[in-house]
Order: sequence, then C-alpha cells, then structure tokens
Amino acid sequence: MSQVVLQLQNIHKKFPGVHALKGVNFTLRAGEIHALLGENGAGKSTLIKVMTGVYQRDDGDILLNNQAIFPNNTGDAQALGISTVYQEVNLLPNLTVAQNIYLGREPRRFGLINWTKVNQDAAQLLKGYDLDIDVTQPLSSYSIAVQQLIAIARGVDMSAKVLILDEPTASLDADEVQTLFRIMRDLKARGIGIVFVTHFLDQVYAVTDRITILRSAQLVGEFETATLSRAELIGHMLGKELAALGEHKPQAHATSGDALLSVQAISRQATLSPTDIAVSKGEVVGLAGLLGSGRTELCRLIFGVDKKHSGNVTFHGQPVNFSSPRDAIIAGMGLCPEDRKHDGILGQLSIRENIILARQVKQGWWKFISRKEQEEIANNFVKELSVATSDIEKPIEQLSGGNQQKVILARWLAANPSLLILDEPTRGIDIGAHAEIIRLIRKLCDQGLALIVASSELEELVAFSNKVVVLRDRQKVTELTGDEINPQRIMQAIAAH
Amino acid sequence: MSLSSNQHLRRYLWPCAGLLVLFIINAIISPEFFHIEFKDGRFYGSLIDVLNRAAPVALLAIGMALVIATAGVDLSVGSIMAIAGAVSAYFITKGVDSLALIIGAGLVAGLIAGIINGFLVGYMSIQPIVATLILMVAGRGIAQLINEGQIVTFDHPGFAFLGTGSFLGLPFPVVLVIITFAIVQLLTRRTALGLYIEAVGANPSASRYIGLNEKAIKMSVYCVAAVCAALAGMIAAADIRGSDANNAGLWLELDAILAVVIGGASLMGGRFSILLAIIGALIIQTLTVTIILSGIPPKYNLLIKATAIILVLLLQSPLFQKQLSQLKFWKNKKEMNNA
Repeated sequence: MSQVVLQLQNIHKKFPGVHALKGVNFTLRAGEIHALLGENGAGKSTLIKVMTGVYQRDDGDILLNNQAIFPNNTGDAQALGISTVYQEVNLLPNLTVAQNIYLGREPRRFGLINWTKVNQDAAQLLKGYDLDIDVTQPLSSYSIAVQQLIAIARGVDMSAKVLILDEPTASLDADEVQTLFRIMRDLKARGIGIVFVTHFLDQVYAVTDRITILRSAQLVGEFETATLSRAELIGHMLGKELAALGEHKPQAHATSGDALLSVQAISRQATLSPTDIAVSKGEVVGLAGLLGSGRTELCRLIFGVDKKHSGNVTFHGQPVNFSSPRDAIIAGMGLCPEDRKHDGILGQLSIRENIILARQVKQGWWKFISRKEQEEIANNFVKELSVATSDIEKPIEQLSGGNQQKVILARWLAANPSLLILDEPTRGIDIGAHAEIIRLIRKLCDQGLALIVASSELEELVAFSNKVVVLRDRQKVTELTGDEINPQRIMQAIAAH
Repeated sequence: MSLSSNQHLRRYLWPCAGLLVLFIINAIISPEFFHIEFKDGRFYGSLIDVLNRAAPVALLAIGMALVIATAGVDLSVGSIMAIAGAVSAYFITKGVDSLALIIGAGLVAGLIAGIINGFLVGYMSIQPIVATLILMVAGRGIAQLINEGQIVTFDHPGFAFLGTGSFLGLPFPVVLVIITFAIVQLLTRRTALGLYIEAVGANPSASRYIGLNEKAIKMSVYCVAAVCAALAGMIAAADIRGSDANNAGLWLELDAILAVVIGGASLMGGRFSILLAIIGALIIQTLTVTIILSGIPPKYNLLIKATAIILVLLLQSPLFQKQLSQLKFWKNKKEMNNA
C-alpha cells in the first residue's frame, strides 16, 4: 500500500442547528483515485470544504504528509498542495486560458509580467493533457470539458499533491468523460492522490481504487472498489438497517381505488422520460432513486414549477394543466422543495409570515388574512408541529433546520391541500426532528391527506409508503406495493443494471 | 411578543432619532425654526418649508421603497419627473384646459415609463440598475424632444395649484404626499401585496414555489414608482410654472435611494417601510435647511451632507453596532483590570 498523503481524523463541523460532520475520518494515499460518495446532505461537500479551507473544522486533525495543517482559505490549501476543481469551473471566464493558468503566480521579468513566457508555458503545459488550443483566447470560448481540464492542469501545475474533483463529470458527454478519466489515470501514475466526488456509480467503478461513503454526517466506511458490489454500495449510501422508526404496517384504509392524482407519461426534455404515477386519497407514494434519477424533476413537473413537454395530469377527476405553482396550489396541492434554504424559507420574514403565505396565495391577494387570524394560524401550527420557538415573529432564518422544515410543512398544511408533495423532507435535519416528521407524515395520511414523498433514505420510505415508485436514469423503472416494499427490493430496483 | 415589538421599534429608532437631532440643532441655531404662523388660510414657517421642499423626494421615496424591497432600484425616476412635467406643459400650451386631462396625461406618461422598466426588469431579467439606466438617460432626451429643446413656461392657475396651492392650511405638495402615502400604505398593508413584495425580495426562488408571480410583482412596483415620480414631476413643473427638461428632477433619484436607505432598508431587498422612507426624505431636506441656517458657506454643503449621511448609516449598520459594543466591552475590561 502506498504512502498516505492526506489524512482527516475525527473531523467535526457544526453550523447553527446542524451538525454537518460527526467525527469523520478520511484517508487518501498517493497515487490513488478515491471516490467520496453519499447522498445530498450526507456531508460530502462540507468535508471537501473543510479539506480546502473554505470551512474551518471545529474539531479533529488534517494531516498532509503527516504534518497537521490549518488552511484558512482555498489559497492556503492550494499553497500546501491541495487543489480543487468544481463542476462549475471556478476560474475567470473573461481572462485568457494562459492568464487563468498562471493567475497570481505569473512569471516576471524586471518586475513586469512576462506575457510571452506565460503563453508559451501555458501551451506547453496543456500539451501534456492532449489539449492543443489557443491559450490567448478567453477561457469562456472553450467548452466546459476543456475548461475543466484547464482547471485540472492549473491545479496540478501548482505542485498539487492532492487533487479534488467535485462532480467534474456532471456536465460532460461520454467522450469527454473518457478523456478526463485518461488524464486522471495519468495523474495517478504520477503519484497524485485524487478525490473524486460523483453520483454516477458506473464512473465510480470505472476509475476509482477505493471508496469512502458518508451518510447523515457520519462515516459509513472505506471500501476497496474491486470488492464492493453495487448493491452493497447503494445499501451503504442509503442505509439499510431499519432504524427505530418501527415496522412497516400498510395502512388499511388506504388505496380506495379511485385515484386522486393520475399522471400519464409526463415528461420534459433532458430532465424526465415519460413517467406514470397515481396517488389515491390517504395514500403515501414513495419516490425512490439516487440523486439525479429524476425524483425532484418529477415533483417539479407535477406541481407546475417546470413546464411539462408532454403527458396528461388528472387531479380530483379533472384534467388539469398547471402553468405555475399558483395553479397547483389553488387546485389543492403543495410542494415542500428539496433545497430548503434556496427554495423553501423566506429568511428575513417571520415564522408567522412564512406559515400563512401559501394560504394567502390560495385566497388571493385582495382577501388579506387579518393579523389576528394570521397569529392564530401560526400559533396553532407552531403548537401542533411543536416548532421550538418562543415567538412567531422571529425571522425563520434563526431557527434550526428541523424547525425550519416544520414551518415549511405548516405553510402547506395551512393552505389545506388534498395532495402534498414532499421532496426530501428530512434532509439535513437532526434525528429528533427526523422522527417527528415521519410521525407527522403518517398522521396526515391517517387524516386522509394524499402524499408523494421523495427520499433517499430507504428505511424512511419503507416506514410510511403504501407504494414505492423507483426511478433510475430519469425514468420510472418499477413500482413496488405491499410486501415488496422492503429495503432489499428497493435497493435491487435502484441498482439493477 | 416582546421580541417583535422591540424589533419593530428598533427599526424606527435611528431614523427618528436622526431627524430629532437635526430639529434640535436647527432650533439651537435658529430659534425661529419651530415658529409656525397661520395667515391667509395657510401655515408658514421653516418646518412647513422643510415639509414642502421635501415633498418631491418623499414621493419618489414612496415608490423607491417598494422597488428596493424587491431587491431592485429605479434610476429613472428623476427623468420620469422631467417627462411628466414636459407632457403636462405640452398639453397646457396646446390649449387644453381640463385639469383632469393634464394631470391624467402626466400620470399616463409615468405609467408607460414604469411599464417599460417593469418589463425589462421583470420579464426580461435585465439587472435593475442597467434596465432603469436606459430610461434615466433616454427619458431626459424624450422630455427635451417634447419641449423641443426649450424651457416651456405656461400659465394655468389650476395646474399651478399642485405646486403652490394649499389645503387645510398645508402646502398642497405635502397634502399629495399624505394622500399617496395613504393609498400605497392601504394597498400594501391592507392587502397581501406588501407581504408578496417582501417575499419576492427576501427569496425570489422560494416565492415561485409559493405561487407568487415574481414578474407581475416587479412590474407593479416599477409602475408605482414611475407614477409617484410623474406626480412629483408635475409638482415640480407647477412650482416653477414651466417645464425644464434639463433640470427637472435632476439627481433626485439618488436622493430617493438615499432616503430609503436612511430609512433602514437594505438594497438586498426584503422588508420595507414607506413611513421610514418618508422620514429619510425629511432628514435629507432638514439637513439642507440646517446647513443654510447655520451660515456655513454653501461650498461646504455637499461635504457636510455626505458626512451626516455616513453617520446615520454607520449607526444603523449591524457590523458597526457590534464593533461599537466590543469597543465598550474592551474598555470595561481594561477598567476592570486597572481596578
């Protein structure tokens, strides 16, 4: 086994309300390609940001060649030999390729930048990556794939010992991916340790030597790629042990037969292939699938956030065609989006205002809900969902993740929907709030509300779903009901290849 | 509820304190400052002058407060004043006598300008500062075209009343500010519109999931801002009984933005208070009066104004407040160590 180049030991990182890394270990050896895997919110990006100095760890050690390091920003990390290339290339699109490569370390002559040398060196450097391009053109005139290679070349040229590739293949086509892999193998042969973050499992098996998996801010383990089966891998990522959520008991009252929502062949170019889904009153339909499988896209299409390119939707027995979320809300739907911070909370506004907004939209702007009624509604929901706050006038951004999520749930419940779509409702929230939200989902379903819940946590899906729709590669692959709803079956369906 | 009322009050604290301090300084420099006289059916006095002179900027600030709440800015309001003034002057000089028609034409001209701004910002997603810069430059040109390059003077007692008349003893521009404030306040706080505007400013993406029509909301705030500007433009024209396309409302967009910011609003969007924006406009105007009254040579005006504004803004800055309290903390600690 080759020498360890980067070692993270017992790393902790806390944000207000979120414990994002709970004692995570990570070991990278020289001359290996090491996949860092985990679903959204598992802690991958936080771990990378800790390695690269974007965040400072709260506890734990980072050893680079057995020396403890304390990078305060990406510049520090780069100077130490840790370079990062992101999916969205973080270089300057308006500068030339050569300027980008030597930015901040331009060769000088008599104190002035030697542009001839900059351009010559850059061209020379890129030849090593099979890139024969005009380095005096602006970076933005090249494709993302080329820009990424340029970013890699820059990173490696700055005497990188560790190269972190964060979802580098997300916007590349198959050929470009192969080029990237060839270069990754080259660099590996030169003794550079490469951390490869991706959610494409095929690529993990194609190029990596070892895999580290994170789940719920914790380390699941480190594995040899060659000996870890795909099903085991997915099991580790999604969690297969049935946690203390209780056994799955199919609700007796569910599936009366008449569909509340019936979606036929809904699709959108480049986001979702034609997919069917049906939901009855009082039924919970789980959406399973890995990141990028089309779960979120399906939710957004049903709710009218994105325009569907084809397909028919029937809701309450009526054909509907939502051109905006407003139409869907008025028809009686709600959608709790996946990215709470970006799409959910209105940070500056109070808990009260965050709760009543969807109901207000449903009623129309001229029928203003009186302040007194707003307070009543907000106080009721704060009590019912036990949101931990002393004051409904507090800005929602001051709450913890779990409490924010409860407020967003309250927002939709206050609008009295007949169908509620929850996209990753338990993402990034602590265990206590997690269990409460699961209980709430069950209770709502008992009260006759229909739900669609997308989740990457298998035991969660098993705990409340009457039906599980499995998506893979942007289309539905199967639908599981009754006894078929168990983690093994779901995992097989996700992994089948 | 203690927290909420505290937060609410704190927003009003610094702008009101600033205005109060200026009033006190004025009263010290010139004891006449608070003297108000009632004669010929209207009030006279320095304080009334401040209100009257502040009216155009206050009107602009009402609209600007809404625009800034959506994380936008409207640089064209000064030019829209010039357009509205020119349009009404055009109608008067063409022999139109109906006051409703003259004022209506000015307001419609403003509304059209607002629709253009709203379309560019809301529907074309052009950055507000660029989108409104277009009309800021072109608007004055349009006003010059309407005036055919001249300063157009007119005589229309009815229209002149807008600028120089009085109602219930108050200068009519002040009455117009009060009416506009009441209407906009009613529209934004007695319906859900105000909340919608704040939601779009606070998080446009989340607002979309809630079913808010961000485009239409942006369109409407730019329209309100432009109509307020048109009203201010007609007051300015009525005041001088003429339309001067080159100078009407010149740079007032900057005063309006400043008024809103002094009122504690963030250019990042979100919370707004129209009353605070008006107080901001009053602070700017009072400051000008203070400088004149104090007998400081006029060449120092702009510098003093800038200094005073920096002070108000610093006092409102959370970072500055924090550092100030840390300063106190260290001082206390030092004293403790010494003791």
